[in-house]
Amino acid sequence: MSSLKYDISRSPSIDQLGLIERANKFKTRSIKKEAKIEGLKLALNMIDLTTLEGKDTEGKVKQLCYKASHLHESMDVPNVAAVCVYPNMVAIAKKALGDSGVKVASVATAFPSGMSNLDVKLADTKMAVDAGADEIDMVISRGKFHQGEYDFVFDEIAKVKEACGNARLKVILETGELGTPDQVRRASDLAIHAGADFIKTSTGKISPAATMPITLLMLEAIRDHYYTTGKMVGMKPAGGISDAKTALQYLVMLRETLGQAWMSNEWFRFGASRLANDVLMQLAKQESGAYQSADYFSKD
Amino acid sequence: MTKKINSFSLKFDTDWQYAAAPESSEHVEIKDKYDLFIGSKFVQPKSKKYFETINPSNEEVISKVAEANGSDVDAAVSAARKAFPKWSKLPAKERAKYIFRIARLIQERAREFAVIESMDGGKPIKEARDIDIPLAAAHFFYYAGWADKLEYAFPHRKVEPLGVAGQIIPWNFPLLMAAWKIAPALACGNTVVLKPAETTPLTAMKLAELIQDAGLPDGVVNIITGAGQTGAALVEHPDIDKIAFTGSTEVGKIIQKAIAGTKKKATLELGGKSANIIFEDAAIDQAVEGVINGIFFNQGHVCCAGSRLFVQESIKEEVERKLKARLETLIVGDPLDKNTDVGAINSKKQLETIEAYLKIGEKEGLESFQVKSKLPKKGYYCHPTLFFDVAQSSRLAQEEIFGPVLAIQTFRTVDEAIEKANNTPYGLSAGVWTDKGSKAFNLSVQLKAGVVWANTFNKFDPTSPFGGYKESGFGREGGLQGLEGYLKVE
Repeated sequence: MSSLKYDISRSPSIDQLGLIERANKFKTRSIKKEAKIEGLKLALNMIDLTTLEGKDTEGKVKQLCYKASHLHESMDVPNVAAVCVYPNMVAIAKKALGDSGVKVASVATAFPSGMSNLDVKLADTKMAVDAGADEIDMVISRGKFHQGEYDFVFDEIAKVKEACGNARLKVILETGELGTPDQVRRASDLAIHAGADFIKTSTGKISPAATMPITLLMLEAIRDHYYTTGKMVGMKPAGGISDAKTALQYLVMLRETLGQAWMSNEWFRFGASRLANDVLMQLAKQESGAYQSADYFSKD
Repeated sequence: MTKKINSFSLKFDTDWQYAAAPESSEHVEIKDKYDLFIGSKFVQPKSKKYFETINPSNEEVISKVAEANGSDVDAAVSAARKAFPKWSKLPAKERAKYIFRIARLIQERAREFAVIESMDGGKPIKEARDIDIPLAAAHFFYYAGWADKLEYAFPHRKVEPLGVAGQIIPWNFPLLMAAWKIAPALACGNTVVLKPAETTPLTAMKLAELIQDAGLPDGVVNIITGAGQTGAALVEHPDIDKIAFTGSTEVGKIIQKAIAGTKKKATLELGGKSANIIFEDAAIDQAVEGVINGIFFNQGHVCCAGSRLFVQESIKEEVERKLKARLETLIVGDPLDKNTDVGAINSKKQLETIEAYLKIGEKEGLESFQVKSKLPKKGYYCHPTLFFDVAQSSRLAQEEIFGPVLAIQTFRTVDEAIEKANNTPYGLSAGVWTDKGSKAFNLSVQLKAGVVWANTFNKFDPTSPFGGYKESGFGREGGLQGLEGYLKVE
């Protein structure tokens, strides 16, 4: 295996206990008052509002798009960053979002399993891009990765990146299927070297999805790449981040790992379907001093 | 000069800042004045003298405490002696109940203890809350469990308590050190006279109140306050059977001379200049975090602090860059703010000591690094500091600074790392960072240190013995081994 596109032995080892210990420390930061309001608004603006279900319909996607660009009528809140849908819903989302500034992200490459051949994956990508997707969320071939066929995984990412054209590429590692932090670090480095604009933890279909320790080690991979090349790569934890408190803890981790340059939706996203409502509820609480019923927030 | 890999750097001075998150101190009860705790009563000192204890984070006087003189010490030792026969003959499971009660009361009052510990000593509330106080309770729980099992600890041997233990503790972990000393002494059937450090007497006095509430028999625990002279009087008192001291090597040597030729047993837990060693195969990010924790925990006021860092030369630049970046996100300031990582230096005197070492580094022409964050106007603060390319012969590599100052050195081979790490009069702890298990085990044998941590640092647990090699002292505290210092084993 001398002609490796990315030599995974270059990736540093990860000590799992130390990683968890560090991630837990971010949770002890106390975020209060104006820091909380600012943080919550920032989090809202970083959300990829997602619907990825077999039963998705035009109606569902349109509703989601309306919500994405009108999160709350009476509060001064930003829009979310993007809506994330299947390729066949891209055109509908694009039209529904109009000039709201909210981007359309589409999963592709035989999401979520990735169990298909490259031609199908490229066609899937092209279809989404042609329909107007601003961003493509691809999945890596985890089976091939486990088989040690790193060049295969590398090439797939590189080819999909090519097919993306101007769309930004998020590479989903599906960390819950990779087994160890060491493997996640290797996959992160490999994806970054193959041309990922973003690396993303999960499809949301596998448990565990995003966790703080795994997100931390991916942020560290991004940092190390920046240190050696000066090139920024974005990060998207996805799945399982459903409350405002957790989102703030992720922001603390982002702030203290990558700093100012990454603190916008240009470089950091939350892939989530339920998070927005909890953040809105917390913001309303900060403004009025009391929690409102969940029924005051639209459930879509 | 360290080589620069390139100029890409991260900016941690972000638009999004954390708001102040002060822990309330309104629930805390601190008296204007504390007397001596002798024979389970608070009694005025015969010296008639009191001294102030101040909050190092703002230089405000918090309270006054009694200054025990020779006759006060004598009264305390007599009370302990008087209590000894009954206490030592009490059924062991009854002794255990008292110790359990102390542990539970510490848990119940944990929040108050944490806030006072932070106010009196300058440590971040986060550490007092998450480490000092819970660990203190854990020590009492642990040794309460041993009280009725001493014969099993030393099978086929006869064990007896020593008598009256004189215990002198330092200012870096005031309540925790009191727990380390009192818990095993009581479990083994001894009675004690404890002297807390003069800059941090308050949690010991709160512990005295707690012991009173726990209903311990009169005189089993006596707590007297004062400075060096009070400690000397305790050490020299003829009716003391055992001296347990945690503090500087300098004072440790004085104590050893003072008790030479007497019946007094001693355990001394003294200074350190412990090494953290990072090999090129280590998990670097976790190692960097461990090094930061190793030296900046409790402002570096830790006898086993990892104050020397040995980095394998091939990864020197990466480690140094990451250490610097990590310093950018350390929050230095008000200890009572829940987000503070590094609090106030314990006293003006200690701040002067640390600053003198910073000057020495400067004079030696060493490259250094600090993040000049804004510090509170009043109070004693020191920016966390890194010194690079420190030579083995530098005073910064040889002497204990007891502050947030890290001396970074390099090595090429395993043997060189071992030789340099061991080349110190101290031997309290060491940290080894490597992905290779065999290397970690090899070093744990070769390093002359009481504790060797592998891929972690500053982990404390009541079940684990702690103590030094060489000038870091002798005797072990914690664990089964911690019982031996308070027993005659025949």
